Amino acid sequence: MEKYFKPGVFFLSLIPFLIIIYKIFFNQLGPEPVKEITHHTGEWTLIFICLTLTMSPLKRLTNLNVWIKFRRMMGLFVFFYATIHLLTYVAIDYRFDWMPIFDDVLKKKYIFIGFSAWLLLIPLAATSSQKMIKLLNHNWKKLHKLIYLIAIFGALHYIWLSKSIFFKPLIFMLIILVLLMLRIKIKKKETNYG
Amino acid sequence: MKKIRYSEITPERIYRNRRNFIKSMSLGAGSVALSSIPFINNARSDEDNKLTSYKDITTYNNYYEFGTSKKDPYKNSQNFKTSPWNITVEGEVENPISLSMEEISKMFVSEERVYRLRCVEGWSMVIPWMGFSLNQLLSKVTFTSKAKFVEFESVYDPEQMRGQKYPVLKWPYKEGLRIDEAMHPLTTVVTGLYNKKLPNQNGAPLRIFLPWKYGFKSAKAIVKIKLVEKMPTSSWMRASPREYGFYSNVNPNVDHPRWSQATERVIGNDIFAPRVKTLMFNGYADEVANLYTDMDLKKYF
Repeated sequence: MEKYFKPGVFFLSLIPFLIIIYKIFFNQLGPEPVKEITHHTGEWTLIFICLTLTMSPLKRLTNLNVWIKFRRMMGLFVFFYATIHLLTYVAIDYRFDWMPIFDDVLKKKYIFIGFSAWLLLIPLAATSSQKMIKLLNHNWKKLHKLIYLIAIFGALHYIWLSKSIFFKPLIFMLIILVLLMLRIKIKKKETNYG
Repeated sequence: MKKIRYSEITPERIYRNRRNFIKSMSLGAGSVALSSIPFINNARSDEDNKLTSYKDITTYNNYYEFGTSKKDPYKNSQNFKTSPWNITVEGEVENPISLSMEEISKMFVSEERVYRLRCVEGWSMVIPWMGFSLNQLLSKVTFTSKAKFVEFESVYDPEQMRGQKYPVLKWPYKEGLRIDEAMHPLTTVVTGLYNKKLPNQNGAPLRIFLPWKYGFKSAKAIVKIKLVEKMPTSSWMRASPREYGFYSNVNPNVDHPRWSQATERVIGNDIFAPRVKTLMFNGYADEVANLYTDMDLKKYF
């Protein structure tokens, strides 16, 4: 039974991607198709960021190591959806028209921070293999703490691009902050006990 | 409200052919009627001037009174009561008036006006509105010497407009124009689109439309038109003065603080269609640029 867990979760995580493919082929993207893909993949990136950050606290809560197995997969899906999100903007929306893209990255703070978050994801994705974990040893843990910063950047990216309705972006920020706070508590306990 | 069945809607192709026919008629008669109404910028290709479908125009709306998502206005406005409806023209006028919608439709003849709509969010449509120039309505009152600006007030009815239960914007929605902008023939009082009664989600029973300004300047479901001395503060200016100015003319050279205004996406185009360049005053520079001579449009955005 347990051996089906991983492929099962993998398939579930692909569903948001399959939805987009379906919508492209069956013309279901609505009046502004590019925006629809951008929003969809952006939102799922944030959801996977939250899921990634949930794995370690769940491990502590349930005392089950199984969660850590999924942490890497969730993290790689963050990179997957973030990359599609970025590619939609660069390749489909602006069709590799670099001038306005550079202009946006430099001048618009929500794009600047979103792009920064994606850049920071690269070293994490590149060092996600078992081999790299062993190779980097203690540094691996340090390096992968970057996800905390990336999570905050991601939520800020959403807040800053919102016109007047901050409900959803603020919910994401709140969830991320709670998940990060769980870690502070855990750490304190550790030092107390010694 | 009576729901419009799809079978009742003129297919776009036939609709356009009809328009071409009318156009050719008037041209054949040697009429100059066409040149008097600046339909659309001639510099654009026919493809760019393609009418947006009735479906997209009526299901993709920014109308926060009915909710903040684009689909909300269509979903939440179908039971909105637009009758009886009264509009007052008041403030700095010698003779304030109050008109019912019936009186308005008797007094003014609505004609088809195909205008481009550019939203501040970076998308655009081409809409065959039905309407008449606002200056016709304003000619029914006599301004006092203090009348410098026109303020538009939309209806406030949170029972019918669920979006107004949330403080997304300061309700009722307010917009404003300088008096010369309001008197410009392109400034249109809209009563319909695609030759039909104006749908609720598009601002029924009566809205204004200014093709050279970002969409939010064109207030919907108007109940009050007030002549005032001081520049009115619009709802969006109040919400974020840094982002939304009083003029809000379409200007590809002045970026919104959060996004570029140099290009736009055309609604209804497929996923692989490119962005198109945004034109100064949305392509209506020949008609309206003279309203803003000697003005620093970066400062007065």
